[in-house]
Amino acid sequence: MAGQIIFYVLAIVIIVFSILSVTSRRILRAATYLLFVLIATAGLYLLLHYQFLAAVQIGVYAGGIMVLYIFSILLTSHAGDKTKRVSWKRLLPAGFAAIVGFLICGHIILHNVYKIAEIVPVNTDMKKVGLALMGTDKYQYLLPFEAISVLLLACIIGGILIARKR
Amino acid sequence: MPESADFIYKVEFNKQQIMNNIPLIAYLTVSAVMFFAGIYGFLSRRNMLTILMSLELMLNAADLNFAVFNKYLYPGQSEGAFFTLFAIGVSAAETAIAIAIIINIYRNLKNIYVDEVNKMKF
Repeated sequence: MAGQIIFYVLAIVIIVFSILSVTSRRILRAATYLLFVLIATAGLYLLLHYQFLAAVQIGVYAGGIMVLYIFSILLTSHAGDKTKRVSWKRLLPAGFAAIVGFLICGHIILHNVYKIAEIVPVNTDMKKVGLALMGTDKYQYLLPFEAISVLLLACIIGGILIARKR
Repeated sequence: MPESADFIYKVEFNKQQIMNNIPLIAYLTVSAVMFFAGIYGFLSRRNMLTILMSLELMLNAADLNFAVFNKYLYPGQSEGAFFTLFAIGVSAAETAIAIAIIINIYRNLKNIYVDEVNKMKF
């Protein structure tokens, strides 16, 4: 019962703040709403018994990416700035695409998804996660792990190269 | 005898499960709302940073879907969780590079609105 209440609170938080974050005209507020959505998603991962994923979500998204966003917003706009009002010609197709897409997706979810699926309360222990990240057998992921590390290195070098002063 | 006791325990356990259970559809609806809010923002926003934030919402919804399908349909395996882990890493890298590019554009043109940045030669 407690799990259900927590889930519905988190679901309402995610729905309200994700819509606010794409409609708010103050950019800093939009970033803050996005932060709330990301933290509530970490809560959903906890509810699914993925503790490690929740920790990664908070550490990488809420800790790293949001700081980047807020810094770049403060660098590129002045305090209290509002984004320009968008004309109805732009808003209408966007809203149409979003609503029609949501209706199609909702129809598929409602009619095609296996309804009696149940959650199994198994905690994935950290030892299993660590072994899966560091092995080369079946269902072990050393290669993507190394690929991500190379990607992050390339990203660091690219970031320095792009943003340095000429 | 131990088998029947085991069976009763299982039935009780399942009742508890159903009482506490959140349907799969609820999770999928939440992530669908998040995804299409991202689509709306991506198409309607003009500021590059807010477009990037909408992209982040869409990625986050996809990640949530991976984890949910993994937990509900294949609880014995963990491919979905690991895919989510790597997707979070990739999206962090992508965001860092995109923000570096946006700050560079702002430094050169003093503007980050997509309909006013139309000259690629700095």
